[in-house]
Amino acid sequence: MTELVFFINQVVISGAVLGCIYALGAVGITLVFGILRFAHFAHSELMTSGAFFAFLLATLFASWGIVTPIPTGFVVLPIAMVISAVFALGIDKGFYAPLRKRGARPVTLLIASIGVTLMIQGLIRLFFGAGSYSFFETEIKEVFRIDLSAIGSTRPLVITEPQLLMIIVTVISVLVLHFFLTRSRLGKAMRAMADNPDLAQVSGINTTLVVRVTWVVAGALACMAGTMLALDVTLKPDLAFNIIIPIFAAAIVGGLGQAYGAIAGGLLIGFAESLAVFNWTMVLRPLNAILPETMQLPATLSFVPTEYKLTVAFVILVVVLLVKPTGIFKGASS
Amino acid sequence: MIQRSLTLFAGLFVLILVIGWAMGLPFTSSRLVEAAAYALIALGLNIQWGYGGLFNFGIMGFLMVGGFAVTFISFPVNAAFWGSDGPMMLGKALIAFAAAAILVIAARQSHRIGVRGRWKTALTVLAWFVGYCLYRSQLDPAAAYIETTGGGFVGGLGAHPLLGWLFGGVLAAGVAYIVGKVALGLRTDYLAIATIGISEIIRALIKNMDWLTRGTLTVSPIPWPTPLPQDYQATGSDQFSSLMLARGGFLVLAIAVLAIAIFLISRAYSGPWGRMMRAIRDNHIASASMGKNVTARQLEIFVFGSVLMGIGGAMLVSFTQIFDPSSYQPINHTFLIWVMIIVGGAGNNWGAVFGAVLIWLVWVVSEPLAKVIFEFVSYWSTNVGWGAIPEIESRSAQMRVFVLGLVITIALRYAPKGLIPEVVRRDV
Repeated sequence: MTELVFFINQVVISGAVLGCIYALGAVGITLVFGILRFAHFAHSELMTSGAFFAFLLATLFASWGIVTPIPTGFVVLPIAMVISAVFALGIDKGFYAPLRKRGARPVTLLIASIGVTLMIQGLIRLFFGAGSYSFFETEIKEVFRIDLSAIGSTRPLVITEPQLLMIIVTVISVLVLHFFLTRSRLGKAMRAMADNPDLAQVSGINTTLVVRVTWVVAGALACMAGTMLALDVTLKPDLAFNIIIPIFAAAIVGGLGQAYGAIAGGLLIGFAESLAVFNWTMVLRPLNAILPETMQLPATLSFVPTEYKLTVAFVILVVVLLVKPTGIFKGASS
Repeated sequence: MIQRSLTLFAGLFVLILVIGWAMGLPFTSSRLVEAAAYALIALGLNIQWGYGGLFNFGIMGFLMVGGFAVTFISFPVNAAFWGSDGPMMLGKALIAFAAAAILVIAARQSHRIGVRGRWKTALTVLAWFVGYCLYRSQLDPAAAYIETTGGGFVGGLGAHPLLGWLFGGVLAAGVAYIVGKVALGLRTDYLAIATIGISEIIRALIKNMDWLTRGTLTVSPIPWPTPLPQDYQATGSDQFSSLMLARGGFLVLAIAVLAIAIFLISRAYSGPWGRMMRAIRDNHIASASMGKNVTARQLEIFVFGSVLMGIGGAMLVSFTQIFDPSSYQPINHTFLIWVMIIVGGAGNNWGAVFGAVLIWLVWVVSEPLAKVIFEFVSYWSTNVGWGAIPEIESRSAQMRVFVLGLVITIALRYAPKGLIPEVVRRDV
């Protein structure tokens, strides 16, 4: 039983946490791709800046002396999401809209998004330096240890408070997104425009509004993902820049343009990463008793060494692009 | 058009003079050598993107391959490794690798003996898994042995650095061939993401294969192809003039390589081959219907461009004399080259060279410039009573990323074709 609990601690929980973050990031990327047809690289910076907005708000709250039962990062999240949504709208208006108006190709927009990435990253580093920050400088990060000796485990199940909240918040926001996309008029308009922009426009859908809503949703979700990543690890200027390719991998694995695919792809990549570096000897150790002396298991037995953890996502990405470029759920082809 | 190019190049020359006056000769001369190497790399990207329309975002990977190649060829021989059991164990790992490759190829050909559909897929996956385990089982002990008792790492071959540059090109071509075979069928933005992914894989491999590249421990000093400043000093020159002579020698060599590359590319591009490439870039469906083999031509151009990137990467490592895998960053080694091409003008060799030199100078100058500005503002704000700006040093170091983003944004908005745009002659 100890082995099973260890497996849950190492793979299921960390995979779910990573998967949630990837999924939320990938949904934004996939929505932008579906509506505007370009790979939005600056999404990583939307995530990082969203996390910094939340951090500033949390610092403000702490300086006002407001003490909250749950981590302040989660309390200020809605406000930070609104700020991020406005920020995303501003970026679109300032950088992408003029190019779109000129009729630039998607490739040009992709390069423009790299320019935006560099500018935001430069600004964040200008104001916050290159060091790292923590949401838990003034409050403590609660760790739940669930004693499982009743079922014969010597180890407790370990999950931190932010991790638990993170999974709950992700599930709620995915449900809200689902109902938004399937039930509301705007959500249906978004799906229509992703399927066929021309037809959507002729049917009287306000495409400008749809584009705006897309940026609002993408910015808000990016802020959520960035803040949660910063709550789980630490906040630094290259927080999301390092994981943007795994997030793209998640969006592509799920099929670009497919919101549900992005969630599935995010979870898949998250679990694959933590599974690939998992040390199987820890689970298979009881086998040592029945194996002969020469066949004893080595001390570490994992698919890939730990330093290649992020590489797993790239390998999955390349394999998926080769075997099934449209992804699990059939993605956009143009 | 020629007048405009000449004016721009004259302006660039004045800029170099100003930088030389403000920052001193030692700084400027080494930046110029690097600029020549970057110009070669930018030419490589110009072939891929400007001529072929291929979206390569994995430049960093090719630079690393070139850097590794020159390290391996020109670094002195590591006697401790060759005297140990290391070569034997590596040989076994190589045989295991070959066996694994044969296994995978055999599984892919299994349809010949009647294994089809789902069974073939399952067999292929199984072959990959078994082959991977086989390879790891031989490589892991060899790597551990070399890193601890077998001399630390494989070392070099002690050959001339110029051979290393050549090998950098060859190795980059080999990698590009595999990458191209794998990824070139994809559409533009998928290709961009796939090449980023592949370059990250290359980086992870080179960084963590300590037995081969020494990883984060870095390899130095890597010899120069031309005499070092120390060699001139040994003959009696004073410190400054020997530094200048040595740097000058390297610069002449770098510019010679660049000139040969430009000459060959321009010849090829103004001939039938170039017209075919333009046709494929602008309308690959029409060119395919004219009987051109689009896939093969695109692979060809991808490999050609990567050769230049490999040589350029090798030159950079040779010049800095240190191979440090952790110093490679997507911003410095992929996006920077893209900005050079976008600003200079895709499809025009002179535009690529101009963009490379200009953007490299902007990149290296923006840090000291930002520092001067910050110090001025800080002085002013201290006088007003708001206090000084904290940590000016580290803040100004970050400014160049912002400047790079600003430059690319402005270029896309106001000069989308670049400063020296492509010239398409319709009269021939």
